[in-house]
Amino acid sequence: MNLVSILGKYVLFIQSLFSKPERFKVYWDRTMQEMNSIGVGSIGIVAAISLSVGAVTTVQTAYQLVSGLVARSIISTILRDSTILELAPTITCLVLAGKVGANIASELGNMSVTEQIDALDVMGINSAAYLALPKIIAGIFVIPLLIIIAMFLSIYGGYIAGVASQSLTPQEFLNGIHDGFRGFTVTFAYIKSVTFAFLITSISSYHGYYTKGGALEVGKASTKAVVYSCVSILFADYILAQLLLN
Amino acid sequence: MIEIKNLNKSFGEKQVLKNMSAVFQKGKCNLVIGASGSGKSVLMKTLVGLEKIDSGEILYDNRDFANISYEEKKLVRREIGMLFQGGALFDSLSVYDNVAFPLTMFSDMNKSEQQDRVHFCLKRVNLDAAAKLFPSEISGGMKKRVGIARAIALNPDYLFCDEPNSGLDPLTSRVIDELILEITQEFNTTTIINSHDMKTVFDIGDNIMFVYKGEKWWEGNKSELRHSGNKELDEFMKAYMF
Repeated sequence: MNLVSILGKYVLFIQSLFSKPERFKVYWDRTMQEMNSIGVGSIGIVAAISLSVGAVTTVQTAYQLVSGLVARSIISTILRDSTILELAPTITCLVLAGKVGANIASELGNMSVTEQIDALDVMGINSAAYLALPKIIAGIFVIPLLIIIAMFLSIYGGYIAGVASQSLTPQEFLNGIHDGFRGFTVTFAYIKSVTFAFLITSISSYHGYYTKGGALEVGKASTKAVVYSCVSILFADYILAQLLLN
Repeated sequence: MIEIKNLNKSFGEKQVLKNMSAVFQKGKCNLVIGASGSGKSVLMKTLVGLEKIDSGEILYDNRDFANISYEEKKLVRREIGMLFQGGALFDSLSVYDNVAFPLTMFSDMNKSEQQDRVHFCLKRVNLDAAAKLFPSEISGGMKKRVGIARAIALNPDYLFCDEPNSGLDPLTSRVIDELILEITQEFNTTTIINSHDMKTVFDIGDNIMFVYKGEKWWEGNKSELRHSGNKELDEFMKAYMF
């Protein structure tokens, strides 16, 4: 199947999600469960990665700033902007593409090869909407919250690393964080995280939903879901930067 | 009653159903038999709408299932119960919740009515004690029985069973066969069973259709089966006997 037909099939899949729910309460409950699974289930890994990325960014920025003419508070300014604009939304979503994306694709893939999706269809349920829509809605609401947590933790990780390595004092760090802050960067990060959340959940659902075969194909579907999600995140990252920052 | 008229279905160049016509009677076990790859699974998938047909008609009590809108199709599907080859139980739900699922989605029953119905269905298949277990905790035969309980939860008019005995020991097979027969008679359903197990055919088959290379090759009842005079059917039966 070539890229155009894959894209066409993906668009039709998304279109099929928009139908009147058979039972609104069931969809609501499923969305809440997915929010718990995607959100609460990912806090640990997001926290670990954010703290580490923030700490490393601070240490590396301090290492490169050897000139005495530049105020040391610039380290935390660079950390703040790179965290909000790029590191928190993009790195976190790439990690979530691996964790959440693989999980969604393998769950739906397994349901497909064991005829559970056929069972839903035979009952007269819109299986694509029933299975994928709660995951997509949950992702769109929860992943931006994870990104906000990632931003705070990344900056906090930078603070700990910067102060511990004596690259800058706590006051210098805070001065740099406040200096020249533009609120739009947070809006931009939010737009990115919503877009990435949609891409991760919908692409992974698509690959899982159309899995045919057996266990081997479920594995392949998970791999494809992660690869396609990551590539589309990086592509969307560039497009959004061009559209909103230029 | 389900009637099919001049059904054709191809996958690419390969035609898997060729101009097939048949009538499946209400309150009877209608068996579709044939070797692997003969087209009987595709026939069942087209009957329940999992595969689109190229041409022909599928009439559910005179409602043309193949040529009605998606929303109308959904209404017909609520009258269908289906037992899948592997059970197709939802892994994340307990046995109780699997049976309750169609009731939650489509009935207006309150919680206690729903509980009564689920326990009735589970008792009907002798599995009330397993209500709290998950599909991964029960045997293959039990999965099929839960599948039957789920299929009858909404009192279906049409019951489809895809290879109900595959992978089961002879004793469990007999239990499943008897259950399908009892439910067909009790609820007066139009039951269609895909099988290549001749024991099932002789035990519960009312009307039998033999499919060969995508065509309806022979049709009759089980007493006519041994003297059909049909070469391919005789070979198929001989392979089972010996």
